[in-house]
This record gives sequence, C-alpha cells and structure tokens, in this order.
Amino acid sequence: MSGLMVIGEISDGKISSSTCELLNAGQMLDDTLKEGVVAALLGSDPGKATQDAIAHGADKVYLVEDPLLKDYQIDAYLAALEKVCKDTSPSIILIARTLIGRDIGPRLAFRLGVAVAQDCIEVKIDPNTKGLVGNRPVYGGNAMAAVTFTQLKPHIAIVRPKSYAALETDGSRKGEVVTIQVKLDPALVKVKLIKSVKEPSEGVRLEDAQVVVSGGRGLGGPEPFKDLEVLAKLLKGAVGASRAVCDAGWVDYSHQVGLTGKTIAPDLYITVAISGASQHMAGCSGAKVVVAINKDSSANIFKEARYGVVGDWNKVLPAFTEAVRELTQS
Amino acid sequence: MPINIIVCVKQVVDPETPASAFKVDREAKRVVPASGVPPVVNGFDENAVELALRLRDAHGGKVTALSLGTDFVMDVMKKPLSMGADDLVLLRDSSFSNIDSFGTAVALAAAIRKIGNYDLILCGRQASDWDNAQVPLGLAELLGLPSITTAKSIQVRDKTLIVERALPDGYDVFETPFPAVVTVSNEAGQPRYPTLRGIMMASRKTPITWGLSDLGLDASAIASKLSLLDLFIPVTQKQCEFIEGENDADAGRKLALKLREAKLI
Ligand SMILES: Cc1cc2nc3c(=O)[nH]c(=O)nc-3n(C[C@H](O)[C@H](O)[C@H](O)COP(=O)(O)OP(=O)(O)OC[C@H]3O[C@@H](n4cnc5c(N)ncnc54)[C@H](O)[C@@H]3O)c2cc1C
Ligand SMILES: Nc1ncnc2c1ncn2[C@@H]1O[C@H](COP(=O)(O)O)[C@@H](O)[C@H]1O
Repeated sequence: MSGLMVIGEISDGKISSSTCELLNAGQMLDDTLKEGVVAALLGSDPGKATQDAIAHGADKVYLVEDPLLKDYQIDAYLAALEKVCKDTSPSIILIARTLIGRDIGPRLAFRLGVAVAQDCIEVKIDPNTKGLVGNRPVYGGNAMAAVTFTQLKPHIAIVRPKSYAALETDGSRKGEVVTIQVKLDPALVKVKLIKSVKEPSEGVRLEDAQVVVSGGRGLGGPEPFKDLEVLAKLLKGAVGASRAVCDAGWVDYSHQVGLTGKTIAPDLYITVAISGASQHMAGCSGAKVVVAINKDSSANIFKEARYGVVGDWNKVLPAFTEAVRELTQS
Repeated sequence: MPINIIVCVKQVVDPETPASAFKVDREAKRVVPASGVPPVVNGFDENAVELALRLRDAHGGKVTALSLGTDFVMDVMKKPLSMGADDLVLLRDSSFSNIDSFGTAVALAAAIRKIGNYDLILCGRQASDWDNAQVPLGLAELLGLPSITTAKSIQVRDKTLIVERALPDGYDVFETPFPAVVTVSNEAGQPRYPTLRGIMMASRKTPITWGLSDLGLDASAIASKLSLLDLFIPVTQKQCEFIEGENDADAGRKLALKLREAKLI
C-alpha cells in the first residue's frame, strides 16, 4: 500500500475549492511521504477537471467515468470508490467534509474495514511510522484531540473545508490520467434523489459576506431580526443566527452559523444576544474580529470577542445602528 | 402496514455545559463531567426518537431504543421510554470503555440483528461528544442497508421511505426501499416532552441488558482502530476591549466610533 489519495469533487467541470485545498494538504504531507499525490475523480463527463486537478497539485489522476456518476448518489459513488481503492491501494486518503464527503467518507471507511479521523483541521505524517495524525475539535469545539491509527491501512481523514489554502493554479504541472474501469449496475442505486428544493437567500450570501451580524436567543423573538437586517444592509453584510433562534423558528435554518450550521469567515462578526457556546463559535473561528453585545459580562462570547459592550441590546443596538448610519453615509 | 423501528440513542456529557465548567483530564485523555451536571440523551437522538414515535403513531409497529455504554444513568436512559418508546435495550460491558466508532457500530449491528424484525434504523446525525457522525453509516455498511443522513422528515409510502435531507440552503427529497438507516437532524422539530403517565410507565419497565458475549462477539471484534494521542482544551489569547459609556445607548455609539477608528466599518 502506498500513495496519498485525495477524493475529489467536480462542480461545473472544475474541481471544487475544497478539493484544491486537499491537494495542497496532500502535497504538504507528501514532503514527508514522498509517494506522490493522486486525485480520484468520479463523473459522467469530467471535461477539464482532470487537468484542473493536476494544475492544483495532483501528480496523477484516477478517473472513473459512468453515466450513473453524473450527480452524487451514495450507492454508485461508493461502489466506484471501493473499486478505485481496491485497485490502487492508497495508504492515506483525504476527503473534504462537505455534504458529499461527510455522507460517503465514513461509509467508505467501513466498507474498506478501516477507521476514519473525522473533521480534522490539521493532518500530519508521523515521520517514524509514516502514519497519519489528525487534529480535530471535539465536544462541540470545547476540546481538541490528536488521533492516530493502528497499522491497518488506508488511514482516512475527513478534513474540514477551509483548513488549508489552495495552491495557485500552475498550468505547467504535468501528470498522468489513468482511467479505472468500474462496472456499475443501476440496480445498485437504492437511495434515489426525487426532488431538490433550494431556498436561496436574498442579498449577500452568508458564507461570502465580509460583515455578518448575528442574533441569538436573547433577542426574544423574530421581530428584532428586522433591526439586524437594517444594520447588515448598512454594512453590506449578511444576517446570521444561533441554532437556538432557528430551532425556535424565528429565522430560517439557512441563517444558522456553527458546528451544524454554516461556517463563516468574515472580517467583522457582530453578535447580538448570543452566549457564544462552543458549537456556535465552531462556525466562526475564521472571523477576523468578533464584536459582542450581551447583557451578561460573564458570557463566553466575551472570551472570543475583540470588542464588547455589556448591556441591553434594546438600548445598545439602536444607538449603534444610528451611529453606523452616520459614519458610513457621511 | 406497521413499521418496526430501532432508534440508537447515546448517553453523552451535557453539551450545554458552559465552556468555563468544561474540564479534561489530559493525563487520562478524558473529559471530566462538570460536577452536578448529569449526562443527557444526545439531542439529535431525541429528535430521532420523536420521528420514530410519529411514524409508529401513524402506521403502528414498535419502537425499540438501543444504547451502548458503560455507566448508564437509568433516569437519563429511560427518557426514550418515557417519551413513548416500547422497549429499551442496553448494551453494557466493561470492554466498551475505550470503544471507537468502528467497534460501536460492530456491537450495535450485532444487537440489531439479535433484536431482528426491523424496518428502519434511526440514529442522531452525530453524537455531541465526539461529533463523529460515523456510527450510523457503519451500521448501514455492516447491515448492508441504504443510508440517508441529516433527515428533517420521514414518510412511509407503499414499500418505500420518503426522506427530506436538510441542507444549508433548502433540502433534498430521497426515496429508498426499506429497511434503511436514516440519521436525524434537529430540523425535524422539537422532541416531545415525556408526560407524567409516560414517566410512570417507563419507571415500571426493566430494560433488556446484553453484554458483549450475549452479542456473540469477543474483544477482538470491537478492538479500537483509532487511538487518542492527546486531548486538551485550546487556549484562546483573545483580549476583549470593553466599550463603556454613560449608559447602554452611549456605549453603542462609542462602539461604532471604535470600529470606525479600527477601520472595520
Ligand atoms: C451537537 C450540537 C450542535 C450544535 N450546533 C450549533 C450550531 O451550529 N450553531 C449554534 O449557534 N448552536 C449550536 N448548538 C447549540 C449551542 O450549544 C447553544 O445552545 C446555542 O448556540 C445557544 O444559542 P444562543 O447563544 O442564541 O442562546 P443562549 O445561550 O440562550 O444565549 C442568549 C444570550 O443572550 C443574552 N441576552 C439575553 N437578553 C439580553 C438582552 N436584553 N440584551 C443583551 N443580551 C441579552 C444572554 O445573556 C445570553 O448570553 C449545538 C448544540 C449541540 C449539542
Ligand atoms: N454508544 C452508542 N449507543 C447508541 N447509539 C449510538 C452510540 N454511539 C453512536 N450512536 C448513534 O449514532 C449516532 C451518531 O454517533 P457518532 O457517529 O458517534 O457521532 C448517534 O446520534 C446515535 O444515534
């Protein structure tokens, strides 16, 4: 068994950003391993994605093409990945913790009879054993764990997106593309997608916003979110929320920031009446500056904030918003 | 058609323990539960129990709660029963003390086979201690069943399940034959509160308890494939600058000026 394999995702004929990040992570690990980095790509019409993977750090691409692999469906993807792994015996596999990765990653590991280190934010190679070590938040982000594997291979890590930067595209990189033949029987597909319902958000996308204004349970109801929207608009930002608020039905789940919500990395993150539970902070650890408005000076959010006001949002927020209006419109 | 459901529920350290009370024993590589804070049934597992009860109430059948652990707090573990589940099966064995996801899935799968006669296995989307989100996919693999993760609703239509999978911006609707493994997310809605009658009924029920040998397994079958090198609480070096004013409104104004000064707005 040798070689490091990144399981790639293709979107719009290109490899996804999290795949680019993992190819870079793979290259870093390969400084110690020196076995080369392979990208495994599945699809019905991969187009330029194979070259794209090479330009982003793959030394080799294993490609499986089949009409059944057009869109993600777990049963067909699993069968294809199982074949790729059995044919090529990688010693290490990296998978991005995306909607697809977290659905298929653990199942692939169980199918191969091995363990997986979930949700790693850092992966390393133990120089002595050449085994994989993963660092990962646990207990909702309250603690960090370093985990490693027994000798059984492959070692599989599922890596949190945005933990690594992507390499610059280098069109001069060369690599081999090897097609792997897999016979996929349509009867294999048990779980079928019958409908996809998108609920697109208006205005700036939460994940891309430079400024995010989030509200928590301390707001007491849905109405104050209108005020947060006004503030967010002034700052050309987006509105986020804690899970408590989404569970209460005050705003849609598409606003949830956190471990089981969206991951954001704005320049400025303003929280209003949010306590700063570790599971919430897990979704905004990439924020450059956190600002907290909370009436409880001992709230955890102040341990994560750069600037804070201890006070009642009913009083603080209107004055703050008004001052922001004056400052940004003059 | 009646539908028999097995719901996997895990006892976990209360995830709402405030960060300031959260402690780890780095030497033993274990979390030390805050004193006076009892464990809870993993929140997403309560969501799964809720969906199971709704399906049973609509179609008939039986809901069996299944848990694996070492030191169960009986009042906590009876919660699924007091919500309305029919049976509780506890897998308890000293060999489970350092079990990983792989071993957990192997033991739970053996118990599920032993219980038998199931149409649907429900789990939480992840356990709020290790946030692994692995065991249910392991069960699907070991039992050879289809899997769907992070459901917000489940319906039975003829011989298939219709499952809505919660996504960050919307949802997907899947169809699968059963039996199947489905993990449930909090988007499924608030779990019901146990009624007094439910609590009374639960207190009279004795859980079925099985050890490793009852499952026909030995220690090697559940041996860890992962090992823990270190467990620690990360230190944050952030220093909060508190903005004060004559009153709350004044502090709000001064906060805006501060952010302007720092070129953040
Ligand atoms: C496995 C798991 C996953 C989770 N995932 C997420 C996630 O993705 N995102 C998430 O957010 N949470 C998540 N949670 C929930 C998380 O643990 C907290 O319960 C939640 O974040 C709390 O939301 P909150 O801060 O709005 O509410 P609370 O904790 O109730 O805090 C409300 C705050 O408002 C303040 N307040 C009240 N009144 C006022 C006032 N008048 N003026 C100013 N301040 C006031 C209070 O002092 C308090 O600090 C998860 C939990 C688990 C177990
Ligand atoms: N020890 C356990 N006993 C019963 N169910 C479990 C156990 N561990 C995990 N599960 C189930 O699997 C889900 C995901 O757990 P995990 O993979 O550990 O994050 C949980 O929400 C439970 O439904």
